[in-house]
Amino acid sequence: MRQIEIHYATALHDRSKLKRWFCAITSNWQLYALILPGIITVFIFHYIPIYGVQIAFKNFRSSLGIWGSDWVGLKHFRRFFYYPYFWDILWNTISIQLYAIATFPCTIIFALMINELDNKHFKKSVQMITYAPHFISTIVLCSMIILFTNKSNGLFNNILEVLGSSRIDFMTNPSYFRSIYVWSGVWQDLGWGTIIYLATLSNISPDWIEAAKIDGASRFQIIKHINIPFILPTVVILLVLRTGSMVSVGFEKIFLLQNPLNLSVSQVVSTYVYQVGLIDSQFSFSSAIGLFNNIIQIFVILIVNKIAKTLTLVSLW
Amino acid sequence: MSKRRIKRRPADIVFDTCNICFVVLVTIIMIYPIYFIIIASVSDPYAVYNGKVVLAPVGLSLDPYRNILKYQEIWIGYRNTIAYTFFGTVYNLALTIPAAYVLSKRNLPLRTGISWFFFITMYFGGGLIPTYILYDQLQLINTPYALIVGAGISCYNLIVSRQYFTSSLPEELHEAAIIDGSSEFRFFFRIAIPLAAPIIAVMALYYGVGHWNSYFNALIYITNRQYFPLQLVLRNILILNQTALASMSFTDDDLEMVMEAARQAYLANAMKYALIIIASLPMLCAYPFIQKYFVKGVMVGSLKG
Repeated sequence: MRQIEIHYATALHDRSKLKRWFCAITSNWQLYALILPGIITVFIFHYIPIYGVQIAFKNFRSSLGIWGSDWVGLKHFRRFFYYPYFWDILWNTISIQLYAIATFPCTIIFALMINELDNKHFKKSVQMITYAPHFISTIVLCSMIILFTNKSNGLFNNILEVLGSSRIDFMTNPSYFRSIYVWSGVWQDLGWGTIIYLATLSNISPDWIEAAKIDGASRFQIIKHINIPFILPTVVILLVLRTGSMVSVGFEKIFLLQNPLNLSVSQVVSTYVYQVGLIDSQFSFSSAIGLFNNIIQIFVILIVNKIAKTLTLVSLW
Repeated sequence: MSKRRIKRRPADIVFDTCNICFVVLVTIIMIYPIYFIIIASVSDPYAVYNGKVVLAPVGLSLDPYRNILKYQEIWIGYRNTIAYTFFGTVYNLALTIPAAYVLSKRNLPLRTGISWFFFITMYFGGGLIPTYILYDQLQLINTPYALIVGAGISCYNLIVSRQYFTSSLPEELHEAAIIDGSSEFRFFFRIAIPLAAPIIAVMALYYGVGHWNSYFNALIYITNRQYFPLQLVLRNILILNQTALASMSFTDDDLEMVMEAARQAYLANAMKYALIIIASLPMLCAYPFIQKYFVKGVMVGSLKG
């Protein structure tokens, strides 16, 4: 009797699995209705442009539309591969990112130091003060940079003069560009970047610290053997995310700091795409570069994630 | 039993002292540029130009501020930015919060597919030109709607909100409501949203600050000066030097004219500092109060499972 019941139940289960699936969908229609506006807007503003990416393979003319323009295959891609300055532009992008990644330990060290502070009020004040630069907009930050690096009356040059060295024209000299870009970025995000590390560090059980102290560990040893391993997964994930965006330097800040004199170092892929696409109106060429950049980005993040996974068992997904 | 503390060793004291010194140094470096701009904006323009302002304002002068208040474009920019921030944030929230709520329901069929639908957009997109062409076809170019409408969901915010719903909205509550005969809509609007007030506040701030500080979309989609947000007005004045005061030309050798022109040049320079303060003042005043919400947002997003 039992066996017949079980057999009957499983048969019923298999036959109606599809039906149950449909039932689940229709009974949850209200949830789908809630998410539908989001799906529609993302579809319109993200997926339809992906359809438009095909103009990278065509000679796009606005009058002919996307369909009417003729197919040229990889002509635009060939064009920028052979463009002498393209590789310089790519190198500019990558070198800025590498420089930025190299300053990555600054946030970690600062977070570790804040974590060691005893006085709660001091700690909170430091955190609050160091969050301030994060809320400054890119435009204000770049205006500050331009004001401060002014050769005749900028703050940096005033300090240089007090210290005895000569005034430097920072913004027109290509060799200073990367440093200005990267260190101003560090200035802006140092305090803010510590949030996630401090949150992780606050989860360390005080028992471990006490046990270590009883065993005679110095503060440095505690940091080295307890704190750092504890935040290592977070560090790796953030590093993977940073490295994954290696070929894309954000347009906004670079664009504001660019000027014709430092263009040899400051022209990066995103600003070049803007220049060629919206200023020179070469839509297809610009799309081709953008697509190429995007694909490389995906590869880089996949590779970096794989490396991180094999090395530390931590990964993005 | 009385609480006994582990004795502080001399090495600890040295460490603490060095630590505090270093932290103080870094904090001063972080805050000094902002402090400098504040004091430079209220100082005598001549002193600012000649580098005499270091730790305190030199010769109080509110002329830069007075001049800026007369500058119409800035107030138009302010009005525009406030409008874009308000409507843009409402639009973003109206899309993100329901989506996050729905994605937090583990048993929903097609949930993984929809999640991937959203998350792929983080890594792959049409790019600058195809998006521009789309806006052109939708006739959004040069309208204020270009800055409000758009893919209203930021994937990072979506992930954080979904994480919040998963961890803070008990499934039992939902089951109880369903058993009592509530519809999904009713549960969402009557129960889930009020309970989600913290994350809605956090998201409103994330999106709001993003709208306030952004200029890229306005740069590429808007050429009509009436629609410029504040950031773009700032860019024109501060970075492109497009002010009436910046273009000086004098052909006279008259000393008086030269002095006047020099004074105008100093004033133009000092105005930049004042303008930075005026533009950043809302953010800098508000952030001490809202930063705890941001921190909470980061912490929610960093929780796993």
